[in-house]
This record gives sequence, structure tokens and C-alpha cells, in this order.
Amino acid sequence: MVDIKKPPVDAVLIGFGWTGAIMGMELTEAGLNVLALERGVHRDTSPDFAYPLVADELTYGIRGKLFQNLARETLTIRHSPKGSAVPYRQLASFLPGDGVGGGGVHWNGQHWRVLPEELQLRSHMTERYGKSFIPADMTIQDFGVSYAELEPYFNQFERVCGTSGKAGNLNGTIVEGGNPFEGQRSQEFPLPPLADVYGASLFAKAAKNLGYHPFSEPASNASRPYTNPYGAQLGPCNFCGYCERFGCYMYAKASPQTTILPVLTRKPNFELRTQSNVVRINRDARGQRATGVTYIDAQGREVFQPADLVVLCAYELNNTRLLLLSGIGKPYNPATGRGVVGRNYAYQMTGGVAVFFDRDKPMNPFIGTGAGGQVIDDFNGDHFDHAPQGFIGGGYIGVIQTGGRPIQQMSLPKDTPQWGAKWKQAIKDHYLYTVNIQTHGTVMAHRDNYLDLDPTYRDVFGQPLLRMTFDWKENDIRMTQYVTGKAREIARAMGGKSIEAKMKQFGDHYDTRVYQTTHNVGGTIMGDDPKSSVVNRFLQFWDAHNLFVMGAGVFPQNIGYNPTGLVGALAYWAARAIRTAYLKTPGPLVQV
Amino acid sequence: MCGLEKSSSRRDFLCKVIALVPTVSLVAYLPFSALRTTSAQVYANSPTQAYSPKYFSPEEWVFLQAACARLIPADENGPGALELGVPEFIDREMEGAFGHAATWYMQGPFTSAVPELGYQSPLTPRAVYRAGIAAVDAHCRKMFRNKSFSELPTPQQDAVLTDLEKGTLAFDNVSGKSFFGFMLQNTREGYLADPIHGGNKNMGSWKMIGFPGARADFIDWVGQYGVHYPLSPVGLTGRKG
Repeated sequence: MVDIKKPPVDAVLIGFGWTGAIMGMELTEAGLNVLALERGVHRDTSPDFAYPLVADELTYGIRGKLFQNLARETLTIRHSPKGSAVPYRQLASFLPGDGVGGGGVHWNGQHWRVLPEELQLRSHMTERYGKSFIPADMTIQDFGVSYAELEPYFNQFERVCGTSGKAGNLNGTIVEGGNPFEGQRSQEFPLPPLADVYGASLFAKAAKNLGYHPFSEPASNASRPYTNPYGAQLGPCNFCGYCERFGCYMYAKASPQTTILPVLTRKPNFELRTQSNVVRINRDARGQRATGVTYIDAQGREVFQPADLVVLCAYELNNTRLLLLSGIGKPYNPATGRGVVGRNYAYQMTGGVAVFFDRDKPMNPFIGTGAGGQVIDDFNGDHFDHAPQGFIGGGYIGVIQTGGRPIQQMSLPKDTPQWGAKWKQAIKDHYLYTVNIQTHGTVMAHRDNYLDLDPTYRDVFGQPLLRMTFDWKENDIRMTQYVTGKAREIARAMGGKSIEAKMKQFGDHYDTRVYQTTHNVGGTIMGDDPKSSVVNRFLQFWDAHNLFVMGAGVFPQNIGYNPTGLVGALAYWAARAIRTAYLKTPGPLVQV
Repeated sequence: MCGLEKSSSRRDFLCKVIALVPTVSLVAYLPFSALRTTSAQVYANSPTQAYSPKYFSPEEWVFLQAACARLIPADENGPGALELGVPEFIDREMEGAFGHAATWYMQGPFTSAVPELGYQSPLTPRAVYRAGIAAVDAHCRKMFRNKSFSELPTPQQDAVLTDLEKGTLAFDNVSGKSFFGFMLQNTREGYLADPIHGGNKNMGSWKMIGFPGARADFIDWVGQYGVHYPLSPVGLTGRKG
């Protein structure tokens, strides 16, 4: 029952994290009256992330002050379409954000692009390895947009974020010290790379000696003071070690708060309403046009907000859920393979190797930055011959020392007891003297990994929860064993006294109790064909032309890198299409 | 039992009061002025004894202290969980959002699932502690001639904790494994988290492992490879350890 009807706006943004901020900036620049609806509270660097209280592992890292409150809304998870799903009751495996800035507040700032071949994954793999190389139940697709088309928008987002790094491919010239495998860049990074901590330098040396190509991970943690094209200012990162799971007290980590909101929130044609939880997208009787959105305000009243343009900017999982709750788009059915909303859910595959050193080599793990460090890309994308390996995908390997929070970031040898005097001895022996190599890689889309609505469980408003059906597949286990195996070789060459590798094994099920990454993708995928995608190459909904969907939900499968760089670039790409084409002639931007 | 440990006189005192339930019950409810007149020196040095639990009953409090002392014992490496006030930390957590599972999804139906799908019990952590402590003490009384957990010699306490950890102790009202899991998680948290939360008194664990706490500014140290960071830890209130 609608209690309140608000005056119409030109554009409404559902969710106010990275993509909401980017869209807000772009659409207000185009002269539109833009309203952003954010379910959570307002947050800013001061006072919410101020030193010293932000440097609190328990409050932020463990109790998750900046994350989604699952008491209000969660999802259910099961391992196969035959199983019954149970709620994700406690945050662990992934950590969706909440409040202004969303996940853009508590990310690490690992700011990658995408590899060109990953945008054309199905075509590329078919061309190089033959059609039969792709298993029948693997539903990977091309994104429908090329790296060359996206390059200006990657560049733009990096300039907004003040990304630190070194180009490896500058206008086609391979540059020493950068990533020689990356797609071509039109400009050098806006800031030079962050300094390396000891562990990262040992990794780089070992990797280089083995013939690999180490480089500084692209980091949206500013290595120098910086003013971005909007005029927003960043301070230099001081390696405080409180990046992931925390807001940045130094104004050094790129977030909506540090890079866009100081400018956007002052615009007269922009409005932000917090504690406004959108529960559905409204559409006209024929279902071909969104008429606005319905939300519950802080007082529990149902509000209808009419809008000419609706942009879905919530977290990936919530974007899929809102479409399903609104009855917009055909839900995916894994039995028939038909339908699109919820299709191709995928996750991220991680592994690692701990290198233990003697007590004369302190690694000082607390000297940390979210994204600084040394990595190699030799086993990512199609940088190596996949034919003998029998899997599709890959990942990067590196030492990114994000911090040394003693409760969550303590690596101990496997045979250490969990408690007692021996555990205590082990934390004393290893806390300062351990380096962790990470592997971070792809997960391919499979026919029976998908999202739909749960038949049983409800949120605080009485609406069905999203249901995730997901488990690891053989392809992705093969990938991590190969890539983490390479990490193990590098680890052996780093000069420690012992090493221990950790990776998924065949038969392992997806374990929701262990933090992995908040890199959930798919569900609202982009593509060239309305039968197999939710949005077209401009992120425009196929069936209702005034609805656009942002975020990593548009990835048809997961990439080897972290998603935010691609998510930001796609938002700028979609915004450009809206500004240059859609607003002049509202209608489908792609005809089929 | 306590005589087996290499220990200071303070530690002996802590062990003795743990063994004597009525004494601790009395201590817990004495006003602070009374404590000072009885044994000012001892209470000033033993944070756990100076704290009156808000959630745990006197019997539960004795159990918790005994269990914490085994999960992270004091030894030549540094202070244990008891010395760092971990029981106080846990008591405070029981009264806060964590104890009430305030940010967890706690709507039913509650069904069992494979462990990989996570905690699926309707019991909040504070309810798990209450039922868990009662169940373990009842088990100990039955098995060990009417002695509660805190009255057992430490090797037997360790054996009981190991059974809980492995899931070999089954109770009607609570999962022993979940109880142990919460207790271990919270003990580590109280041991290693900032003292502002009630544990890690004087940043004792941080000094032991070499973590500088909330210093949170290392720009001058990034390039100093293989050098021990020389400064003592600081806490969120600005106090140095």
C-alpha cells in the first residue's frame, strides 16, 4: 500500500555506492534531476572513519560495522538445484556493503582493468582451442563489448581514483616494470606505484629469477597527494594496515566519499535520500517501461517515486533480486536453460601459499596497504597454453600485504593446535615472520550455478530472499591447482624456512564460513542476445529501455582480476551511451 | 592443579579462587571499596577479579575463567587469557550485539545443513554459552565424582575441551562444538583485540607477538627490510602498552 507519492524526477538511482556515484555525476552533468536512494545510513570520512577509532579490528574487521546487516536481509545458499537452501545467517564468505559508498568504502583498492580476451571469452577460446574445449555445461559468453571500446572509460575511472601503478603496455609499447600482458593503455597511471613491503620485494625477486614478470599491483591507494578531474583531493597512503573492511582515515583510498561525493552532493540537481530501501521497480501495464520505484523510508512508510529513467546501482546480488521481486525479465530456469534473470552466477577462486621465516627476518605484516604489492600475470587470461591443462581461466599471483590484524590475518602452520600453550607459542613464532602469497582467479559460469527467489525465507519487509545455487566445478579446481602450484614454486624460492600451500581440492564444496572475496558476479549479465542476457552492451535492459543495470552482475562469468575497475569503467561506458544517444532519442540502444 | 604450572604468586591466587566457588561468588558481588580493603594489591593486578560480570552467573563466571585459562594459558611466553581480562571481554560481548546475534539472520525455519553452509541454530551466542556451560559442568560432575569443570586438574580440563572441540561430547540442549567454537573465537578476540573492548589488558598479547596496535602510520618503515619495528603498541584510547 503506497503511503506517499513523490514528485517525479528525471532519473532515480537505486543504491549509492561506486556505480551510483558515477551515474549521479554523469547524469547531473547531462542536466538531469537525479535522485539517489540508499538503503543504509549516511557515512563520510569524518567522523565515521576518523582515526583512531577506525583502527579497530574487532568492530570493523570482525563485527562488520560497515557491512550489510543480515538481520534485515540476507540470501539463502545451497550447493545444487536438488538441495534445499538455508540462510547465510552470519557474514563470512562475502561482505556486501551498506550505507553511502557501499562496498566502495571497505574495498582494498585493488584496481584492475580486464584482459582483452576475457571480454570475448567464448569466441576467443573457441577460436584458439576449438569448440569442444568448452564443456557442455559451461555457459560462458562474450560480454558484447571490446577492450578497445572500454579503454577510455578504464582510463577515466583510474584518473578519478588516482590509481597508483606502472603501465606495462603504453600505446602498444611494452614498458619494463609494468605488466607486459595487460591490454594497451592510452596513458600512464595517474600516480606512481606504492613502495613495496619486504615480503613483496622478496616475491618479486623470486618470481623474476624464475623467469616471470612481476609488477606493482594497480592500487587505488594514493602513493602521492592527488587532485582528480572533479577537483576532489586525495592524501598519500601511510601504510596504516586498515584498508580492507575499513573506511580510510587518510583520504588515500579511492571511494565515492573521497573522489566523487564532495562534488556531486553539492549539485542543485542532485538529491540523496538515505534509509530508503527500494523494494520494487514499478513498470507500466505493458511491462515495457519502468515508471519509477517503490521504497520503504526510515519511518516504515511505503513511498512511490516516479522517474523517467531507472538505474539499478545496488550490489550484484540485490540487483538480481530486485528484478525478480519486480517481475521484470524472465527468470532463469536451469532445467531448460531458458530465461535470463539469475543466469550465470559465478564467484572468485582464491588460494595461497604461506612462507614462514626465521625470527631474524621480521616481515612486519602490520605495514600494509590494501592494494600495494608485487604480482605476476603470467598465469592469467590466455597468457599460457591452456590445451595441455584442460581448463579455461587463470589468475594472478602476488604478495599484497593488506595488514597484520592479529585475529584475522594470522597465518600459522597447519599442524598448530587451535588453542593452548602450543598455539600461543606459534603466534609468537610466526606473527611477525610470515609472508602470504595469494592466488586470485576466474570462476566460469555453469548451467546449474544460478540465482532465483527463495520459496521459504523472507526479509524484514516480508519479501522473499534471494537464493544462490552454487558449487565449485572441476574446471575451476583444476585452474586453482595449476596457478597455486606455480605460486608454490615461487614461494620455495623466497628463502623462507618452510612453506604451506592452501587450495581447493576436487570434491570440496563451497564453504560459506570462510572469507574468500566479495566478488559475486552474474545474474544480470550483459550480451548480444536477449535470449541469453539481461542487458545489452550498454547495460540497458532488453525489455524496458529506460532501465539500466550496473555492477558486476553484468559479468557473464568471472574474470581473473578483482572486479571494481571493470565495474567502474562499464558504468562510465553506459553513462556515455545514455548521454550521447539515449537522452536524445529514448529507446533501445541495440536493435535485435 | 595450579601447582603444576610455572607461575607467579598472582597466578596462584587466581587459581585458588577459581577452585573455591563460594569465594569468587562473594568477591564478584563485593563493592569495590570492600575489595580494596581486603586485598588492594591483588585486585589492582588481576583485572578479571576486579570486574563484576553483567551476564554470567557466579558459577558460569568461574567456569569461564577456568576455560579461558586453558584455551590461552599463561607461561614463559607471556600472559594468558585470564591475565589479560578475556572473561571480562566475553561478558561484555554477551551483553552487546554479538551476544544477541543482533546482526545475524535469525528467522526460521531452522533446519540442519552441511557444515559448509554455516551456523543454522536458533540459539544466540549468549544462549549457547548459558546452555553450554551448564551442560559441560553437568557432564564433569557425572564423570568426575561430582566435580565441576573448574575443579578438575588441568589435564582433565584439557581433555574435556578437546572432546568439545572434536564434537565427541553430545548434549540435548546445545551443540558442544558450537559452544566450543564461540568460546575459542571470543577468547582469541578478547586476547588480541584492542583493550577498549575489555580484554588484552595493557596490550599484553600485542607486546608478546610484536603488533603495534593502532599506531597505523608506517610510511617511514615500508622500506626498512628485515628490521624489527621498535615502538611499543598503542591502543585506541591513546595509551601506550
